[in-house]
Amino acid sequence: MKQSFLESIPESYNQYIKRKIFIIILTALLTLILSIYAINAGSAGLSVYDVIKTLLGRGEERFRIIVWNIRMPRILSAIVAGIGLSVAGCVTQSILRNPLASPFTLGISQGAAFGAAVAIILFGAGSTTNPDSVIINNPYLVVIFAFLGSMSSTMVVLMLAKNFRVTPEAMVLAGVVLGSLFSAVTMILQYFADDVKVASVVFWTFGDLGRASWKDLTIMSVVVGISLIYFMFNRWNYNALDSGEETAKGLGVDVEKVRLYGMFVSSLIAAVITSFVGIIGFIGLVGPHIMRRLIGGDHRFLIPASSVIGGLILLASDTLGRTIISPIVLPVGAVTSFLGAPVFLYVLSRGYKR
Amino acid sequence: MILNIDGIEFSYTSVPVLKDVKFTLRRGELLSILGNNGAGKSTLLKCINKILKPHKGTIYIEKDEISKLSRIEIAKKIGYVAQRNENGRFTVFDAILLGRKPHIKWDITEKDIKIVNEVLKKFDLEKLSLRYLSELSGGELQKVVIARALAQEPIVMLLDEPTNNLDLKNQIEVLKIIKETVKEQNIAAIVIIHDLNLVLRFSDKFLLLKDNTIFAYGGMEVMNEGNIEAVYGIPVAVEKCQDIPVVIPL
Repeated sequence: MKQSFLESIPESYNQYIKRKIFIIILTALLTLILSIYAINAGSAGLSVYDVIKTLLGRGEERFRIIVWNIRMPRILSAIVAGIGLSVAGCVTQSILRNPLASPFTLGISQGAAFGAAVAIILFGAGSTTNPDSVIINNPYLVVIFAFLGSMSSTMVVLMLAKNFRVTPEAMVLAGVVLGSLFSAVTMILQYFADDVKVASVVFWTFGDLGRASWKDLTIMSVVVGISLIYFMFNRWNYNALDSGEETAKGLGVDVEKVRLYGMFVSSLIAAVITSFVGIIGFIGLVGPHIMRRLIGGDHRFLIPASSVIGGLILLASDTLGRTIISPIVLPVGAVTSFLGAPVFLYVLSRGYKR
Repeated sequence: MILNIDGIEFSYTSVPVLKDVKFTLRRGELLSILGNNGAGKSTLLKCINKILKPHKGTIYIEKDEISKLSRIEIAKKIGYVAQRNENGRFTVFDAILLGRKPHIKWDITEKDIKIVNEVLKKFDLEKLSLRYLSELSGGELQKVVIARALAQEPIVMLLDEPTNNLDLKNQIEVLKIIKETVKEQNIAAIVIIHDLNLVLRFSDKFLLLKDNTIFAYGGMEVMNEGNIEAVYGIPVAVEKCQDIPVVIPL
């Protein structure tokens, strides 16, 4: 059965599919190799041998703490957040019919920053011990407020879409407008706050993967994992949408429903990740576009491919941010754009690859 | 009776676009919808596959009422080629494979691949099967879109200007394929074409729309000079050239 099935497919098509799978596996392998390097890299002076020994449960206690309590959650957070943001971008671009769309299109980052500002400034969830380090006193309060802030913006846009059947362009515009509304309110809050609190808010908005604990990581992984399954179930719907809205309807896609649910799930991913690790832009834009150039727009492969490349980019950015002027750790959000922008321009300039 | 349109009415705003449209279509028939720009031709097609919901009237496909079927159930019965299409970053093979979407549960099966291969052959697109859509000419692209609708294995095909962008040879070829498919598989097709000569050559039935309602409906007999002049507003002559009916604007 399997054999005859393959025989009826043109050989060249099989080759073409295999190439896509190869690129996905290669990216995943690169991520794995980079993870081992990333566990190793840093100011603690671990050797690769120490790392492997510790991972196998036979390392020194000191190394065990560094590897399991500090480096591992950070690296896994980078991978999970990268996967989530990138795949959310991939789907958002398809359902909003907009190559510039990303998980933050519906005003999520500004909403999250507003939420964090409310928690820190109005509820005193942040403070500072010395001028160099800002401490978030009550991280969960900030996380919850950031999540509420980001989702409130999304919900307004989705309600517009549901009740008034606005077009994808109008959804994008509404997201931009809400984002700017939230920014304005955040600015006013900051204007009346003392400088320590303002510093805490600004600090919070810099993405920082070191913030995530094992528990946070678990929550992020569950959300991203379930979302991935949901997206894969809809992969043919997204392919149909890429062929135009009316064609998609003709092919049996309930366009409004797919769009609404897809936006909700994408926003949820971005909101959860942003609440835990702060604002990390760009991945949702650059990840899917690199893969679209490399393997095409077929969501059967684009969804997994966007996921793995997102994990790789964010891990690479974070590792670079940690090591380049060690022991100072650069904010990962800045590194992502710094690293991603040239790569992205290069990919764009090379045009579509066959 | 494969399709029964019973008194449908539709408007985008308060001005009606379609009023009291009723006709029936049998298996093996190819129907052309004719009328000026803005006569409601595309709107009528979209009402038939429930992209638009008529305010009044009912549409039956075989025994089923369209308004009671889900999108996916409709897609298993009706293939639709929109007037405008977007091209995602797909190869020709994948774009046609997408036509199997209504039938795919989780993954593609051997049958899906077989049908795509057959359709590729029918449209002479085999050599292009791994080309990206962005690398095709307008005519090749139009063939892919029609091929996708055929891969859907519908019992009714709705084609909104299928010969757009096609050169003379391809216009004839594509309409031949559509006509053959209609006869061989004993299904029905409704097409919107502006070229009256193509219409006369390939259609079994004609539906003339004027002032948002049916002006005439029937076989070859309704395509007389008087009706065409009334619908399009210019005088014409209908002649035969080597036994092929032609319309000449005067």
